[in-house]
Amino acid sequence: MVISLASASPSASPAMLENLKAQMKLGSSHVMFRKEKANPFIKTQSSGRITMALAVNVSRFEGVTMAPPDPILGVSEAFKADTNDMKLNLGVGAYRTEELQPYVLNVVKKAENRMLERRENKEYLPIEGLAAFNKVTAELLFGADNPIIQQGRVATVQGLSGTGSLRLAAVFIERYFPGAKVLISSPTWGNHKNIFNDSRVPWSEYRYYDPKTVGLDFDGLISDIKAAPEGSFVLLHGCAHNPTGIDPTPEQWEKIADIIQERNHIPFFDVAYQGFASGSLDADASSVRLFAARGLEILVAQSYSKNLGLYAERIGAINVVCSTSDAAARVKSQLKRIARPMYSNPPIHGARIVANVVGDPALFNEWKEEMELMAGRIKNVRQKLFDSLSAKDKSGKDWSFILKQIGMFSFTGLNKTQTDNMTDKWHVYMTKDGRISLAGLSLAKCEYLADAIIDSFHNVS
Amino acid sequence: MQMRIMWRRCLSTSAVGLWDNVGLAPKDPILSITEAFLADSNPNKINLGVGAYRDDEGKPVVLQCVREADAKIAGSEFLESISRQGSLTLIEESVKLAYGETANVIKEGRFAGVQALSGTGACRLFAEFQRRFQPESRIYLPVPTWSKYSLLCTFSVPFRAYESQCFVSSVKYFLLNIRVPLSTVEICSSALRSHHNIWRDAQVPQRIFHYYHPESKGLHFSALMDDVKVKNHFPFFDMAYQGFASGDLDRDARAIRIFLEDGHLIGCAQSFAKIMGLYGQRVGCLSVLCLDAKQAIAVKSQLQQIARAMYSNPPVRGALLVSTILSDPDLKELWVKEVKVMANRVIRMRATLRENLEKLGSPLNWEHITNQIGMFCYSGLTPEQVDQLMKDFHIYMTCDGRISMAGITTGNVDYLANAMHEVTKSGQEA
Repeated sequence: MVISLASASPSASPAMLENLKAQMKLGSSHVMFRKEKANPFIKTQSSGRITMALAVNVSRFEGVTMAPPDPILGVSEAFKADTNDMKLNLGVGAYRTEELQPYVLNVVKKAENRMLERRENKEYLPIEGLAAFNKVTAELLFGADNPIIQQGRVATVQGLSGTGSLRLAAVFIERYFPGAKVLISSPTWGNHKNIFNDSRVPWSEYRYYDPKTVGLDFDGLISDIKAAPEGSFVLLHGCAHNPTGIDPTPEQWEKIADIIQERNHIPFFDVAYQGFASGSLDADASSVRLFAARGLEILVAQSYSKNLGLYAERIGAINVVCSTSDAAARVKSQLKRIARPMYSNPPIHGARIVANVVGDPALFNEWKEEMELMAGRIKNVRQKLFDSLSAKDKSGKDWSFILKQIGMFSFTGLNKTQTDNMTDKWHVYMTKDGRISLAGLSLAKCEYLADAIIDSFHNVS
Repeated sequence: MQMRIMWRRCLSTSAVGLWDNVGLAPKDPILSITEAFLADSNPNKINLGVGAYRDDEGKPVVLQCVREADAKIAGSEFLESISRQGSLTLIEESVKLAYGETANVIKEGRFAGVQALSGTGACRLFAEFQRRFQPESRIYLPVPTWSKYSLLCTFSVPFRAYESQCFVSSVKYFLLNIRVPLSTVEICSSALRSHHNIWRDAQVPQRIFHYYHPESKGLHFSALMDDVKVKNHFPFFDMAYQGFASGDLDRDARAIRIFLEDGHLIGCAQSFAKIMGLYGQRVGCLSVLCLDAKQAIAVKSQLQQIARAMYSNPPVRGALLVSTILSDPDLKELWVKEVKVMANRVIRMRATLRENLEKLGSPLNWEHITNQIGMFCYSGLTPEQVDQLMKDFHIYMTCDGRISMAGITTGNVDYLANAMHEVTKSGQEA
């Protein structure tokens, strides 16, 4: 009997799972007898006898269906296939130079050269990662002189970039707060849902994006966070919200902290763009520091993919701020227990690069300069795009949201049909939710993009 | 949960924390040994808990082929496109290593291969995949058994008795260590713990199966293969020591090739941690053999989906190193030589240790030291003897008597033999 499985997607509902179980009937097997020629090179006792060639002819993976294609990868593929000269790839989530080339930071090259010269070994890291990295990453996030660090109240474990760090936290939540929900913004980074689904952590959304203003639905946000069951985890983007580019103002952050405290929720930050958003490492960490200063216990996932361009090295961390150093030690020990059966210990290369860059004052300053350049380029591009749109669009539409938004991404407010027009007519590739990556835009192309956006906005519904 | 929250509200934030119910995890036993070793000031101390290769001076080794590959890769611009290719090449080369360059499964594209976070990551990906697509199945983890007196071991339960449709984890203990390992059959033996934890965290129910030493009576090996077929088990191989065990890459993959030739579709976790000394890089490969290329593509897409929610993409550095070495004939040749050097040193240490013990007139049988292969040796020492070795001789190993051969050098093997003789010479078997 061929066992056929219903397609199992990560967000399979309990009903689907039941269906699956019902379909599987164990205990019966399809038997075929076939005389096989024994392999003369293998000495076995079974030469010449009838071998039961069984289920090997029926794969148990029959029911494994093709996983849905990654939406963002799809954009890049389509872009590659396009032969038009004017084509523009605004789907990419990685920084590009003005010449639209990938960029390896100079400080990274310097750090790697030093590492080569030192002829360092490639031994296992401890489960929690490189100690030097863990130290600098927490200091970078909270500030080196932050009392919570002095008091040993932060449990830091190196993780596999943002995703890996979020996953560690998600498993931790499932294990120690079973049934607790994570509240995620609507919209949010697509992989957030996958991470919580696979960790079996229930989630629900809080309002975030207001299409009418192309801005923050602050009242909706507060209302939804207030309404959630007490003790929920609230996933917040520390800066440069992905995909909208819309960040709360400092006053709004205070109010968010108020409501979280009131409801005994736990703040859970995803910090993937520290330094990359405004150009200042400290400014971009202000939301996290605000919450920490209130004495709250918080979780913070960090990634060095964008701000140090270390996308492929997979370097990040999960930090848990606890009320006591004893709690921090216990939490750290349990995070290690989660990491060990996942990958044993984390990869060294990226950790060493970060430790070298952040730990060396000269390199650190150089990094800050490079980051200001990268963030500066994005800001310039935003300005140019805004200027182009304002100049060309005679309808009086307010395009200032482009300037108000921050970070690599921008929500244009274009709907799906309009987005299709961007691609089909103008060869501008972006995601269907109307998100463009400014990292993939050059000053030279701003006018062209402005034309495309104006056309799509006004002439297509 | 409600009570705790209410209580929290009444007290000040610093008095009652959110993580009160989070206990301190038990310390990793191997870590404790290393710590105790480091704290010991005795000049004769030996650390036999180390899980990484050491040279004859007891130093960590970075292979020459790795240094050269490192230099080649240094300063690579446009890392993104390089990393994509590096990952693909890693997978291609890995499956060639495991299944043989001319294997049909490779020619026909009948494998789903993904880069993984070394052996652990490969096992975990597979375990998650197993739970998702074969939710009713179990994993059977092998536990070695032996009789101290006769060095024979038997199947405790006939393998046929197990239900069908279950997955089997074998190889590392069964086929690579095709000599007889030692007693201590609890699941907490250090060798087994890792596999146990991986499948446990993936929420796949487990069973243990006791296996038999196949070398002395060849028929049991093919009996296992028959059982696997009759019961439609799925063999999953964890191969962490290809080349490192015997010094010969093909020989160490023999078991997998035999299963392949017998028509089985298998899964395989490969690690480059020990065999290329890339421990901290976390580079490995998971491959699952399928009926046809179409199915392989589907399976691969699902594995990538699982990985996406765990870490998105695997780290590039290790993949670049491995693919650079394996796709460059000169570097590959150099690597093969260097692996032999490591394997031979271990084999030599095994021989020397055993010889010394025999010369000292030990009443016990130490054949198993040279019968076993790979980095580790189950010495047969009892926890009490292990303890005595630590206290009286400053020799550190895990309480199940497992020795890391990497920690033995020509400089300390005599001392070690003496010490082992001292604690066992009364000839008492536990």
